[in-house]
Amino acid sequence: MSTALESERTFVDKFPDEARVVRAAFLSSFFALFLGAVFGIIQTLHRTDVARIIPSTDYYTVLTAHGVFMVISFTIFFLVGLFTWALTRSLDRPLLNIKITWTWYGLMATGMTLTGISILAGFVDSIDMSADVLYTFYAPLQAHPLFYAGLAVFIVGTWIAGADWFRTFLAWRRDHPDERIPLQTFMVLTTMTMWYIASSAVAASVLLFLLPWSLGFIEQVNPTLTRTLFWFFGHPVVYFWLMPAYMLWYTVLPKIAGGRLFSDPLARVVFVLFVLLSTPVGIHHQYLDPGIAEGFKFISMTNTMFLLLPSLLTAFTVVASVEYGARKNGGSGLLGWLTNLPWRKPEFTGMMLAGLMFAAGGFSGMVNAGMNINYLIHNTLWVPGHFHLTVGTAVALTMMAGIYWLWPQISNKPIYSSQIGLFQVVLWFIGMALMSNAMHAQGLLGVPRRTAEPEYSGFDYPTMFGGFEELNIQIAIGGTLLFVSTILFLGNLALTMGNPKVSGLAEPLPSPVSGAEDAPKVLDNLRLWVSIALVLVVLAYALPIAAIIQRGGLLGPGVGTYPVWLAPLLDALADAAAPLVGAVTDASGSLAEVVR
Amino acid sequence: MHIHAYEKLWLALSIVLILALIGTVTYGAVGPGVAMVADSQSTIDAGGIDEDERFSEPRVEQVGENEYEAYVVAYQFGFEPTPIVVPANSTVTLQVTSRDVIHGFEVAGTSANTMVVPGEVSEITVETDEPTEYGIVCNEYCGAGHHVMEGKLHVVSQSEFENRGGDSE
Repeated sequence: MSTALESERTFVDKFPDEARVVRAAFLSSFFALFLGAVFGIIQTLHRTDVARIIPSTDYYTVLTAHGVFMVISFTIFFLVGLFTWALTRSLDRPLLNIKITWTWYGLMATGMTLTGISILAGFVDSIDMSADVLYTFYAPLQAHPLFYAGLAVFIVGTWIAGADWFRTFLAWRRDHPDERIPLQTFMVLTTMTMWYIASSAVAASVLLFLLPWSLGFIEQVNPTLTRTLFWFFGHPVVYFWLMPAYMLWYTVLPKIAGGRLFSDPLARVVFVLFVLLSTPVGIHHQYLDPGIAEGFKFISMTNTMFLLLPSLLTAFTVVASVEYGARKNGGSGLLGWLTNLPWRKPEFTGMMLAGLMFAAGGFSGMVNAGMNINYLIHNTLWVPGHFHLTVGTAVALTMMAGIYWLWPQISNKPIYSSQIGLFQVVLWFIGMALMSNAMHAQGLLGVPRRTAEPEYSGFDYPTMFGGFEELNIQIAIGGTLLFVSTILFLGNLALTMGNPKVSGLAEPLPSPVSGAEDAPKVLDNLRLWVSIALVLVVLAYALPIAAIIQRGGLLGPGVGTYPVWLAPLLDALADAAAPLVGAVTDASGSLAEVVR
Repeated sequence: MHIHAYEKLWLALSIVLILALIGTVTYGAVGPGVAMVADSQSTIDAGGIDEDERFSEPRVEQVGENEYEAYVVAYQFGFEPTPIVVPANSTVTLQVTSRDVIHGFEVAGTSANTMVVPGEVSEITVETDEPTEYGIVCNEYCGAGHHVMEGKLHVVSQSEFENRGGDSE
């Protein structure tokens, strides 16, 4: 690979077939972002009682759609696009067989379409199908079988994507037996290793329990078991969202800042730490679960705290790389170098603002991880406040910012308007600052998450930080700005796609200051890291899962089935409520508007 | 492997922060004795809680000097008993279970908070102080009527509590 050649040719010039897959994956991702944003604005305005255009019973359909489209579809389609680009680019060779590549893309798209249909059918009364089980689908609430089946197909698609990349890497390895794994490829392979370990549990939960149960083959499931299997997957999946952002921060951001990555070896260390530590921590989502011993929770807490390490290291390396670029371009002084950075570029400012918010999200995450103070905020609005900083900004804003740099590379079309792009990323930052801060504050008041109407008839929330109503206004304004920002992003991208193709857009990525040759060879020994990761997972999970099965049985201690998709739902609710008095019967009779 | 001196310092400080965070949780457990919701209670047949001595009649009862137990059932979409009435300046152990799906039980604005899982009994112990009224919210999505699911916790004076005969309904 000659640098001169690469500086003339963009990715799409060199790998047109792969570029087409990357574009398709990104467009799927942004279609999901659009749907997620529409449901996001509906839900923000509903919750805060600014505008309620749907009945509150439909709020949970909206919430399920927002969650699934944003954190499964938007994030993971972006990941497969980015990883296809990164692996092909850094190995400098095409994928082995583009038909296999289109196959996994097709499986993912089909699976998500099936799941999406099962969710959206919940809005149409005449279709006896819905999946109002939210992104976490906790049994014994039950979705239509199509919901689970679609998820399974989608996950199988991601597995084949990983295999596609591994096979291409192995083919490269045969041609280059003594070379270090290129950094971006290393990131792809380690992230996919983590994904295989993590997603095995949710696949087991869906295929062994939830899908057979929704089809009526088994009568009941053990809610603690399926919940635990979900969180076995549910925590590492947040790193699956985050690693594309990390890849952009490590390998693209230094370039945009005018410099180079500070340290290749430490980037490798960080990704290895994620392979090792991201899975044996899921029980920290279950600190408040009965039926799980305190000791298991403590082990999970300890692992979780150590998982801060790779992110703290990342903060250093990324800032150091940016500072290196600024100083190389004439920056000086303790903080004066900050003025020598390309703040007018949306790709730069977007990623920097995303990183800043990730730091804030990291601190609120430390509160979540603190096993005892977590009691104050568990399942309150604090938690969505937290993850709108992490996945909702660190990841989402980095992805949008990354597109301003990446889209020309994969299409030869210049961005329609950098000014709109800059406005859009700053707007996202302001909107999220308002919304997320107010959500954290409401959480401290005890306002729950995941509810259509967080105001209750029998009591008022204590007044702090300006009170419930004032915070609602901040959430509504913030959510609206985020929606506008999303539309500007999508509009800008659509107009970019209408631009004519030009040449001369290629921007090759520079090599790090401290390169791969400085990294100990053991870092590239994936077999070793997988082995250690599996040992840690067994240590963290074997005993808890055995204890859960021993306590409640594989199929649960006499727990019923509560389908959210059958017409008899209302009858079942009425039956359950029949022995109870007064207001309760009213509530189940018409479910929503009654009580207030 | 070359690591910059500042980066070594940063790494050291990061590890100190992590150990300090683990230290605070450890101190909370062994010092003030913050107990987690855990597996202290055995499983229960969610379909048969009407036959269970504790939950067939959800209530508050005195179990020792200044010590009380509250047996609470969560269901789609409410809590029993409501309100939960407990005396001021006492130690109250709440046992909460569900007759149907997963719920949450959160005394709004306090750290009295637990998941409620069918088939399991969540146990949390709280200290009450002055008489006051709290709201209880279900903080886990439990179905289409989730937002109407609420309860109340009334902390009343000892004398008022005794006049009620120690029962909450």
